[in-house]
Amino acid sequence: MSNHIIKVTGLTKHFPISAGIFRQRQTGVVRALDGVSFEVNAGETLGLVGESGCGKSTAGRTIMRLVDSTSGTIEFDGQDITHLTKRELKPLRRDMQMIFQDPFSSLNPRQTIGDIVSAPFRVQGIKPQGGVQKTVQEILQRVGLNPEHYNRYPGDFSGGQRQRIGIARAIALQPKLIVCDEPVSALDVSIQAQVLNLLEDIQQEFGIAYLFIAHDLSVVRHISDRVAVMYLGKIMELTGKQELYTGALHPYTHALMSAVPIADPDKERSRERIILKGDLPSPSNPPSGCVFSTRCPKRTDLCVQTVPELREIKPGHFLACHYPEAASTTAHRASGTDFLN
Amino acid sequence: MSNQILSVENLSVSFKTEDGIVRAVSGLSYSVSAGKTLAVVGESGSGKSVSSLAVMGLLSGSKVNITGEVHFDGKQLIGASPEEVRALRGEDMAMIFQDPLSALHPFYRISAQLIEAVQVHRNLSNDEAEKLAGKMLDRVGIPSVDRVLRAYPHELSGGMRQRVMIAMALINEPKLLIADEPTTALDVTVQAQILELLRNLQNDFNTAIVLITHDLGVVADMSDEVIVMYGGSAVEHAPVRELFYSPQMPYTWGLLDSIPQISGTDDRLEPIPGSPPSLINVPAGCVFAPRCIHKSEVGERCSTEYPELLSVGVDHQARCHLSTQQRNSIRPAKASP
Repeated sequence: MSNHIIKVTGLTKHFPISAGIFRQRQTGVVRALDGVSFEVNAGETLGLVGESGCGKSTAGRTIMRLVDSTSGTIEFDGQDITHLTKRELKPLRRDMQMIFQDPFSSLNPRQTIGDIVSAPFRVQGIKPQGGVQKTVQEILQRVGLNPEHYNRYPGDFSGGQRQRIGIARAIALQPKLIVCDEPVSALDVSIQAQVLNLLEDIQQEFGIAYLFIAHDLSVVRHISDRVAVMYLGKIMELTGKQELYTGALHPYTHALMSAVPIADPDKERSRERIILKGDLPSPSNPPSGCVFSTRCPKRTDLCVQTVPELREIKPGHFLACHYPEAASTTAHRASGTDFLN
Repeated sequence: MSNQILSVENLSVSFKTEDGIVRAVSGLSYSVSAGKTLAVVGESGSGKSVSSLAVMGLLSGSKVNITGEVHFDGKQLIGASPEEVRALRGEDMAMIFQDPLSALHPFYRISAQLIEAVQVHRNLSNDEAEKLAGKMLDRVGIPSVDRVLRAYPHELSGGMRQRVMIAMALINEPKLLIADEPTTALDVTVQAQILELLRNLQNDFNTAIVLITHDLGVVADMSDEVIVMYGGSAVEHAPVRELFYSPQMPYTWGLLDSIPQISGTDDRLEPIPGSPPSLINVPAGCVFAPRCIHKSEVGERCSTEYPELLSVGVDHQARCHLSTQQRNSIRPAKASP
């Protein structure tokens, strides 16, 4: 498709592991990302979901060029940005912004809210009509903060309000893409809902595309148009959200969804759940074949020997599994209907 | 009731700080029976953790003021000597915490920590205690028990550490387990394992559990009875099905409408406006009134008079000035499916 704002092909990031005190030598690599490909279309939200250590945050940071990729290409708005220098990247930064998980460490405590939110204008050398202060105050108002907060410091604000400040900074230059890295997971539920609604409203108003990285499936489901499920540095399944939640084909997706407790006692207690055995394997020593094979209830010899490639098995539905059809015949699927409706 | 393990009556906790007195918990009452789970749900700062630390006798110092009664197995704990409480803690009542890495000692092997937990309360030799520790680790689903016994906490994954904590808490088969956000730091698939484990162990040992959480999904999954806390007080107290299908308090409504449901529709979320209150200089009236969208239906009273926790159904209490009629018309009870 031509209207993608970001296109990632075969993105790989290996972090070296070093040992030794005086002479550091590399003893291995952590495969944080291992051949990840996806695209985000203009104005849409792609959810990137997975458990800790699956590489979802590394994906976001690599795309933003905050860390350099090991291999693969990143195309932003039609331009290959994989190897651009810092100076070459700078003009592009106004179109790609980021919102972080921790609203406490992502704001400089010694800068006023005005300084923080006007930073993008300063850095990019943009002089908005009507002056920076007025524009920033309008943005503050837009994200639900009082324009009079302009001269106050982050320390005066609660977690939810700080996250609004982070959002204000990200939307200041009306970017084309915002990478949201766990933007609501540090917030209480009642505040989380406020911020999710705000993100939705802003997207509608400015047509910004989101890469929404989160571990909470319910949140991702709520906000995304399409969802990619990651496990150990790879995408396991990528499809439209409706399809993912009603017709998921990957055993890991099933397990992940069945693990989320539902806030409804009768439904919660009557559904069947898949409880995965064991922990996530170490990304420095991933299993051979399918990375999920060590925990997969449907594993066969083929899974241990051969890596299943991510392929499009239906229009718009990508899957990395040797046994996609087997999923639909399991008991889970049958009993799963009642919690999916 | 004879099988009532813990009963808390009118528990209040306040802290003296430089900015004034923080009323962290005010007038909390509940009880838990053997084999039952009481969930205490609320957002950060609602007093849910502080109240259980007070129950466990883990709050002390000149800056803390605790009043009320905590009866554990017939003994009053508030005002009891530290030695008396210490004798119970770890044996008859145990606690597990959110972050197992900071709750386990980083310098001691798992075996040493488990053995200590046994020997403090029971007269067993090292070998016997270690055998028991191994048995308990096996019981909580740890695959290579011998390796884990010799390991240090940092060598284990988050799920494993939480299992070790549960093993340590349950090794003396306590009558009461207080679990403070036991799965919040864990990934969902591991959370599912741990919740399943707690359920099974509860069945085997007939433990009473006080489960502190902010996750209504976990509440729906695990509890028999629920207390919703806001601003230091219980604002609603009900059997679990009642709470989800016939909630009676605007804050509970707000919480239920704030959570995106994995099985839900794509309806817009309806968040609670504003943010949680400061517990210093708590104003008169209902603590939730500043954020309540229904206070206009009551009028003045919400900001002048503190509502009592009143009975609104069988075993169901709510703290709200709205009349039953008003509540029923705002939010009719869901027919249970």
